[in-house]
Amino acid sequence: MNGNVLASIKLMGMGMTAIFSVIIVIYAAVNLLHRFTDKKPDKKTQ
Amino acid sequence: MNFLFEGILSVTSKQVIMWVIGALLIYLAIVKDMEPALILPMGFGAILVNIPMSGVLNQTLEGIGPVKGIIDWLFEVGIEASEAMPLLLFIGIGAMIDFGPLLSNPRLLLFGAAAQFGIFATITAASLMGYSLADSASFGIIGAADGPTSILVSQILKSNYVGPIAVAAYSYMALVPMIQPFAIKLVTTKNERKIRMKYNPKSVSRMTRLLFPIIVTIIAGLVAPASVSLVGFLMFGNLIRECGVLRSLSETAQNSLANLITLLLGITISASMKADVFVSVDTIKIMVLGLLAFIFDTMGGVMFAKFLNLFLKEKINPMVGGAGISAFPMSARVIQKMGLEADPQNHLLMHAVGANVAGQIASVIAGGVIIGLVPTLW
Repeated sequence: MNGNVLASIKLMGMGMTAIFSVIIVIYAAVNLLHRFTDKKPDKKTQ
Repeated sequence: MNFLFEGILSVTSKQVIMWVIGALLIYLAIVKDMEPALILPMGFGAILVNIPMSGVLNQTLEGIGPVKGIIDWLFEVGIEASEAMPLLLFIGIGAMIDFGPLLSNPRLLLFGAAAQFGIFATITAASLMGYSLADSASFGIIGAADGPTSILVSQILKSNYVGPIAVAAYSYMALVPMIQPFAIKLVTTKNERKIRMKYNPKSVSRMTRLLFPIIVTIIAGLVAPASVSLVGFLMFGNLIRECGVLRSLSETAQNSLANLITLLLGITISASMKADVFVSVDTIKIMVLGLLAFIFDTMGGVMFAKFLNLFLKEKINPMVGGAGISAFPMSARVIQKMGLEADPQNHLLMHAVGANVAGQIASVIAGGVIIGLVPTLW
């Protein structure tokens, strides 16, 4: 197996890890945004 | 009178092949409606740059010296020097995207990440075929299913195959309705395709819509700094759309800017479709690798959904995972159609749209990650 193939496999590992890391952090951030910015039900109208 | 025949006598067989390819692209754009906004200018450009001594290319004229050609100049300024054209197009794309379906069900973001698998599988396949890591990565990025990202990454990595890569990227985006059903049926059963999913969208506040593009840019920038130009311009366009006070700019970005750049990008890319480079076995290999990238992407998203189903009570229709590519909205429509084929009451459109939009974010992040990682590995 030549060096390029090994490097491409390494790239796959590092690349997919990086993409999932960014996406998971964005996912967590969106959930936090929902928690802090969702409108609470108006008590007067309940 | 010899000067009248100089052009005709200079025609090479490879140039004639490029005229045929150009005519074929124009035919596919007009008759088959295959991404006509890009494919038609590329087809016409392929003819323009392959006319002997074409005035659209840089050349040295006898008695005058070097003369700039417009297409070479557009390529040098708009793509080679600054990658301005693909990046500016991202502002328009960002202004067109409604992240609402994704924000109301953010776990769909994960499918966008999983469906980038095809990029890396194709890079490995290209490396096995003996290509350098930079060229392999440039071929793999076709799997981003995103024309501007493919052009940008292959240009930054200094690939010699920008032309074939752009043709492959845009052609396969147009062929998503044929490629994805084939790939999905390979890895799903009919019962899996019948799985129904409830649609209970969360309401999305204006503040969430406003903060989302800023937060995504910061997160992506911190983890993968090379993705800032791609993600940043995409999200800048989206912020213009969502802010509510720049309606005129948002409309300009969505229509005038996107149309103008698209018009120029197609014909500019033809600078890399000169016969001596384009007519080669490598072009055929790139087309095959691009197809593999789309198939692996789809399979990656589907298999990830099946993996999640091992742990979930409410099962996900695995086809939704396949929508995690950037080809919007074709991929979402394909999943909706396949869901209805399996079960006439199975409406998956909104889930698929969310995954599809996630694919747009993940594909630009993938582009940035590749730009950042490849130079450290070669």
